Amino acid sequence: MKPIIRFGIDSFLYVIRGSAMFYGWLMFLGFFMLLMMYGAYEQFTNGMIVTNYNDQVSWGLYEAQFVFLVGVAAAAVTVVFPSYVYHHKKLKEIVVLGEMLAIAAVSMVIIFIMFHMGRPDRLWHLLPVVGIFNWPNSMLTWDVLVLNGYLVLNMVCGFYYLYKRYVGQEVNKSFYMPLVYISIGWALSIHTVTAFLVNTMPSRPMWFHSMMPIKFITTAFAAGPSMIIVSFLIINKYTKLKIAEEAFDTLSQIVTWCLGIAIFLGISEVVTELYPSTEHSFSLQYLIFGKHGLSGLVVWYWASVVLMVTSFIILLNPRLRRNLTFWLPLACVMTFAGIWIDKGMGLVVPAFIPSPIGEFSEYVPSAIEIINTLGGWASGLFIFTLLAKGAIGVLLGDVKYSDKWNLAGEWQPVVHSEETSK
Amino acid sequence: MSDMNDKDKKNQVDPKENSRREFLKEAAGGTLSAATLAAGAGALLSGSNEAEAKATWGEWFQKNYRLMTDEEKKESVDRLEKRYSEEYGKKTTVDSVPAQEGVLFGYALNIQKCIGCRRCVYACVKENNQSRHDPEIQWIRVLKMEKGNFLEENMDKGYPDKPGIQVGGNAYQNSGVVLEGEHYYEPEEVPEKGHFYFPMQCMQCEKPPCVKVCPVRTTYREPDGIVVIDYNWCIGCRMCVSACPYWARRFNWGEPNLPAEEMNPVTHYLGNRPRMKGVAEKCTFCLQRTRQGRYTACVEVCPVGARKFGNLLDPESEVRKILEKKRVFRLKAELNTYPKFFYFMD
Repeated sequence: MKPIIRFGIDSFLYVIRGSAMFYGWLMFLGFFMLLMMYGAYEQFTNGMIVTNYNDQVSWGLYEAQFVFLVGVAAAAVTVVFPSYVYHHKKLKEIVVLGEMLAIAAVSMVIIFIMFHMGRPDRLWHLLPVVGIFNWPNSMLTWDVLVLNGYLVLNMVCGFYYLYKRYVGQEVNKSFYMPLVYISIGWALSIHTVTAFLVNTMPSRPMWFHSMMPIKFITTAFAAGPSMIIVSFLIINKYTKLKIAEEAFDTLSQIVTWCLGIAIFLGISEVVTELYPSTEHSFSLQYLIFGKHGLSGLVVWYWASVVLMVTSFIILLNPRLRRNLTFWLPLACVMTFAGIWIDKGMGLVVPAFIPSPIGEFSEYVPSAIEIINTLGGWASGLFIFTLLAKGAIGVLLGDVKYSDKWNLAGEWQPVVHSEETSK
Repeated sequence: MSDMNDKDKKNQVDPKENSRREFLKEAAGGTLSAATLAAGAGALLSGSNEAEAKATWGEWFQKNYRLMTDEEKKESVDRLEKRYSEEYGKKTTVDSVPAQEGVLFGYALNIQKCIGCRRCVYACVKENNQSRHDPEIQWIRVLKMEKGNFLEENMDKGYPDKPGIQVGGNAYQNSGVVLEGEHYYEPEEVPEKGHFYFPMQCMQCEKPPCVKVCPVRTTYREPDGIVVIDYNWCIGCRMCVSACPYWARRFNWGEPNLPAEEMNPVTHYLGNRPRMKGVAEKCTFCLQRTRQGRYTACVEVCPVGARKFGNLLDPESEVRKILEKKRVFRLKAELNTYPKFFYFMD
């Protein structure tokens, strides 16, 4: 049998076998994915009227996840870049996990785009050649190109690397390295284009500023590696793979400085808008203080500020930053949550309040929106769990090519570290 | 899925279409979106009755209107006429008259005359087959503007108190066209004291931001200057809704509710034919009327003659005379959208 097919079968068998806790986790995610199936059915049969979107606020919870998750996807570069440009040995060992996270994040992005569309059945109109692709005029077409390109790049780089590890060969550098460098640039492009998608509309003054791309990238490089750190800590705890402290050190420094820059950019934006307080600052005023008695996002905004500033203060202290048992994971969760608000609902919704004719109206997501959103996240985590498990199996050498291979013989339960220690 | 396949068999979709569907399915297959896409497609395509389902299948595979050959246009129009006639129980025509030569439509609105009665809003809804409820869609919005209420007692107020006021006590007093308008006003009588009215609708921009952002070019500018939408090609991404600085675009959040007895059976493919859920729509200067040399419904109904419409290329037209003789302005001119909708005062 060809090694590539055996790679597929071996990885699959490795991925689907696990401890009770592993299955429990997947079932937990599966529950939300089932709920999403129901939500998707409701939305696709009745139309978007099951959401609380309206003519005033025509983007909401889905687009918030979309924007945020593009950033998470782009953040894989925080693992790839130090590995290959600075030859960071410890990160290089696990660089493939960053790529797996990128694949999972782009998958979530695709799910939320499906929920965003009013006519998902007509998505083929967007296919070049078969449909009409308004490129280069429409920013959305750029986004389609860069996101799909990024997905392919990460799949090719990630799975090629894993396959080579599986068969016990070195990667072909003249094939692999150019792709790695392209993917580093490409990662920046996906979030830049997403920023251009929203900030090129003067009809929405809150978005209409040139700081958007760099703010997107800094917040992404704070939230993304935060998630990577937390998932690496979980991997360290529950699998045999041990990720070195140097890897955490580098990643947490990236989080610290990017978070610091993001806070600085946030302050710049607030001062620039609120000092002259023109009509164009109404959205920001609504977000920060509430306006005309509407204040749905005020608590969220200040929560985000507190989360980001507190975690920045924690991370500034090297002793706390290197504490992998409590302070670092705490700071990472806070950073992630803070930016999820800041670049999610806090970015998308207020831009529509007031509407271009000055109408103030509020939006609160509907139950269907919430279950679809939870389901979207659950699907992404499900994909990441499986991809990461397979990748770890290959990295550990549990999944490897051998001459004497028979399907039946491989069927043994996988023993996890915590179980052996008992 | 099985439901979709049954319907498919019943309707005897021809093999060519079938193979194309298979191709599309394969193209989508393997990606994560496939399941969601298939579910969505199945759900959206399963119509309540046979004729509708059949027409829906045909429509699903049709090209963008602009790229259709004349035969394809005719085929599409015939299919729609049949479908609407059955659906609404009355003979419905779907016009496909193209832009007329030497005509560039323009609109002028006299804000001095407008009394805020909203007859234009309702005439438009009636003419253009908008959804009446859930969602309620209106293409024209009339904003109520303040004439201003400046008070003597506020002269010394403001902040900071000492040693000199930087923001006066009569600040934040709206007066004139400010686009912080109230458009839900419901007085006993119009016009109300201390107010004037400012109707807004699609400005038919010469440089429309909505057209630029559309990823599938379903919305485009016709030679007579009207920005149209091929409702059958729209993917519902709402980029146009976000990009429009005049809040002119509406979205069919649910299946439109258009009672058969209120449906206007004289329609145009790019204009007032009934829409479906999940697509954008907006004012088209009643192109089903104006391309036949008639006035728009809003012009016709306006009781005070505030609305003027005509050919911008014809020096004798009313709208050109207004541009010549009156002081006109375009809304949000700083955005360089170049509306062909002008406001003026006597």
